[in-house]
Amino acid sequence: MSDEKKFAAFTCTGCGIGDRLDVKQLEMTATRDGKMPSCQTHEMLCSKEGVAMIQNAIDNDGVNHIMIAACSRRAKIEAFHFPTVAMSRANLREGVIWARPEGDEHQETTQEMADDYIRMACAEVRFMEVSQPSGEQGCVENILIVGGGVSGMTAALEAAAAGFHCHIVEKEGQLGGWAARWHKRIPFRAAPEGTPNTLTAYLPEPVDNDVADLIAQVEANDKITVHLNARVTRTSGAPGRFSADITTESGQLVTENYGAIVQASGWKPFDIDSLPKYGHQHPDVITNVELEQMAREAGDGPIKRPSDGKEVKSVAFVQNAGQASDKEGYLPYHSGIGDLVSIKQALYFKAQNGDDCDTTILYNNLRTPGAAGEDFYRSGQQKMVTFTKGEVNEVANGGNGATVRFKDKILDEDVELPVDLVVLDIGMVPNAGPDPYAANESLEGMSDEDREEAKEKMASETAVTVESILNLDYRQGTDLPQLKWGFTDSHFICFPYETRRTGIYACGPVRRPMDIRQAQDDATGAAMKAIQAAVHATHGEAVHPRVGDLSYPRFRKEGCTQCKRCTVECPFGAINEDEQRYPQFNESRCRRCGTCMGACPVRVISFANYSIDTVGQQLKNVDIPDEFEEKPRILVLACENDAYPALDQAAMSGQEISPWARVIPVRCLGSVSLSWINDSMNSGYDGVIMMGCKRGDDYQCHFVRGSTMAAERMRKVGDTLQTLNLEPDRVAVHEVAITDIERAPRLIREMEEVIERVGLSPFKF
Amino acid sequence: MSDMNTAMVEKYRNDFLKEVVANVEEGHWVKMCMQCGVCSGSCPLGPHWAHPPQEIFMMIRAGKRDEVLSSDSMWMCTSCYNCIVRCPRELPITHIMHGLATYAKRLGLAPRNQPTSQFSEIFWNNMMKRGRVNELKLGLSLYFKDGFGQGVKNALANQKLGMNMMKAKRMSPAEFFGGHGVEDTSGLQKMIKKAEEIELARLNANK
Repeated sequence: MSDEKKFAAFTCTGCGIGDRLDVKQLEMTATRDGKMPSCQTHEMLCSKEGVAMIQNAIDNDGVNHIMIAACSRRAKIEAFHFPTVAMSRANLREGVIWARPEGDEHQETTQEMADDYIRMACAEVRFMEVSQPSGEQGCVENILIVGGGVSGMTAALEAAAAGFHCHIVEKEGQLGGWAARWHKRIPFRAAPEGTPNTLTAYLPEPVDNDVADLIAQVEANDKITVHLNARVTRTSGAPGRFSADITTESGQLVTENYGAIVQASGWKPFDIDSLPKYGHQHPDVITNVELEQMAREAGDGPIKRPSDGKEVKSVAFVQNAGQASDKEGYLPYHSGIGDLVSIKQALYFKAQNGDDCDTTILYNNLRTPGAAGEDFYRSGQQKMVTFTKGEVNEVANGGNGATVRFKDKILDEDVELPVDLVVLDIGMVPNAGPDPYAANESLEGMSDEDREEAKEKMASETAVTVESILNLDYRQGTDLPQLKWGFTDSHFICFPYETRRTGIYACGPVRRPMDIRQAQDDATGAAMKAIQAAVHATHGEAVHPRVGDLSYPRFRKEGCTQCKRCTVECPFGAINEDEQRYPQFNESRCRRCGTCMGACPVRVISFANYSIDTVGQQLKNVDIPDEFEEKPRILVLACENDAYPALDQAAMSGQEISPWARVIPVRCLGSVSLSWINDSMNSGYDGVIMMGCKRGDDYQCHFVRGSTMAAERMRKVGDTLQTLNLEPDRVAVHEVAITDIERAPRLIREMEEVIERVGLSPFKF
Repeated sequence: MSDMNTAMVEKYRNDFLKEVVANVEEGHWVKMCMQCGVCSGSCPLGPHWAHPPQEIFMMIRAGKRDEVLSSDSMWMCTSCYNCIVRCPRELPITHIMHGLATYAKRLGLAPRNQPTSQFSEIFWNNMMKRGRVNELKLGLSLYFKDGFGQGVKNALANQKLGMNMMKAKRMSPAEFFGGHGVEDTSGLQKMIKKAEEIELARLNANK
């Protein structure tokens, strides 16, 4: 393809655009102001004929830059799919005619809006380039799976079934993890549909442990290589070209290339010894993990108490031991599946020690997730497991046996319950490596000097170092970033498998506490995502959320001041430093959010189809009326994932959007450069609104930290405005969700009110 | 009666739940209660129960035998069936309450002078005489259950109601002399007697 840019503009008159707007004038705007060599009009551009018209221009006239003035860029994406050219779209339907009321009195401002959007789209495409893959990655049909438990083995089997090779790295001497040690497992299925509610109906029971089958399948699969007693001692590269060193205990080193990585490093039991009130120091007080081993050793015979070997005739289960409390030394969260485990274990006693073995489950909130959940609870009740709602205060030694002192929460009284054996339901702690950002977060808000001092102090104080799982040679740290409590960061609802390191997918209890069934589902998802990442990387395409995007960040080396801001602020650790200390972008680790672009103080970072200029020129090409016309202009920089579709939806549902607003979609608020705010103020805009996503622990930002970064940077906008002698109210940052259909247009109206109050900008020429 | 009580205490020792499962009508459902409290919240007389159904079930599981059986709570049940309709676990709560009451009565643990209990006894004896309820005598027995003086007071207080019922032919003074009944009174009495024997034999077998 030649480097010469050849432009063409296309206008659609369908969906009422032709009726509401002066199309001749739009064409003239595109060719005269927008400097497009031609502008063709079609009555339904997304129809087969319309698309053929555009394709014809591309194929036969050598057009490689097109401007389409029709509906929102969020609509008709299948029809207007021209991957070989650069394309911009002027939003005349949702952005103009649907957002404005009909009637002669509105005609002038509506037409102005449409003309501006055409000017903006033309300016945008003029500064775009055609995206092309970097070709940095080859195709590596090989997945690295860290952890050989149920999650890791399931991921390996699923990936192998899809034709990929896998390497499982397991730190212990055998596969299977914790689950292989369980006596029986929680049932996966509910009672069959139509099971009557009677006391003799069959309800789900504990199921024989089938992890051994899983191990056998893994061992028999010739696409899966297993490394036992091994750890990952170095990981470098990017999706499509990861390279990892696998070192065994005996010092043997294997280096392999991988397309993607699945981290299934699992969990470890919470150390209950740190809380003496639960009495784990007494012989007949054990954890649920220890009971599994005892039950297994007993075979189908009765379980005996550890102190004197007497057959257990009464047992109490203490739920939530050391969990779900903000008290010092407790796990702050609830592991969720402990109640299912205790029902399962109580049924061990009913089956192995006889119906007359008293089993009491002391719960606070009984939770039985999963398909079998409620039926499994009923199954326990049917077999006379006693469920008592109470809060355990102390587990005391009874010499032989133990006494549980608890407050019965239904009968509101203190009770002492002497039993042969006490089983503690302890929590699951994720097996994660050190959090790359743990130090940063506690340092937020400090001055630079204090921060350095605190860092040094922290380094000397933290004697306990968590062993790294992945040993990534990323500039931003060795392991997956965490959200809280050691669990890897991902968005639970919108994109659960993604971590904050592209091409590395976490699954199983390292992501959140879960049982075998959930872990298998989770691992299957992660394996599919890993394959997707490896294949997309081969084509140089982004995976999530800008699926298929070929653009990637590039920088003008001679302008770079090596300030490192991009390498620090990238939410995904994509950017390393090369030997000369310049940023190295590793494009297949990149999610294409543009946070680096917004961070760069010297504006040298850009994407082929998204840059300081593609947005900067849009806002400069808006026609700013002089102040006597009394037509303010409000620039809206809207996140393309949430705020922009919210505005589209608002227009679709018939809400009015201010005729003074000019909306520019941005990839993420994190990509917003301060220079755009500066430029807009200097060009005479009266107000600027930035609409991004919710930030914080329960963030909605598709790029995790983008909106947080933007909020931090925009704090400095006040200074800029003051130097221009402008009111700080003229710039507003809002968190807008995709559902804020009524609120988003209202925020623009509020800015209108602000402008009415403080007056038009004095910078209009 | 207290004989049986001693026997039951002996047999089940501290496992009251098992005793309820074995001896109380629909008592085997008690273990399936999930303590949601919908029954207690639905009961129109809820505030008047010393221990609402949810609590009774928990007390049974906690082995509070005497407290449950001597409680007047089950006697507060008016059989409106609201709890049964609403119970997410579909427990026959109304039936269990009556079962518990009956069992307590049999063991001689039911509270004495509890009005519902007294009314039930009067109603039963009245009906068993001729196989149908004699409303005039039922009313009179209730009026005079606390003695002659109180009975006269009760009768005078409800004088107008009684007169109106007679005018409307809802109650007949002729009922005072015998009154109507089923065709085969002795047959009915025999049948009920037999049923009682079977029930008692079942309980004795459980001793």
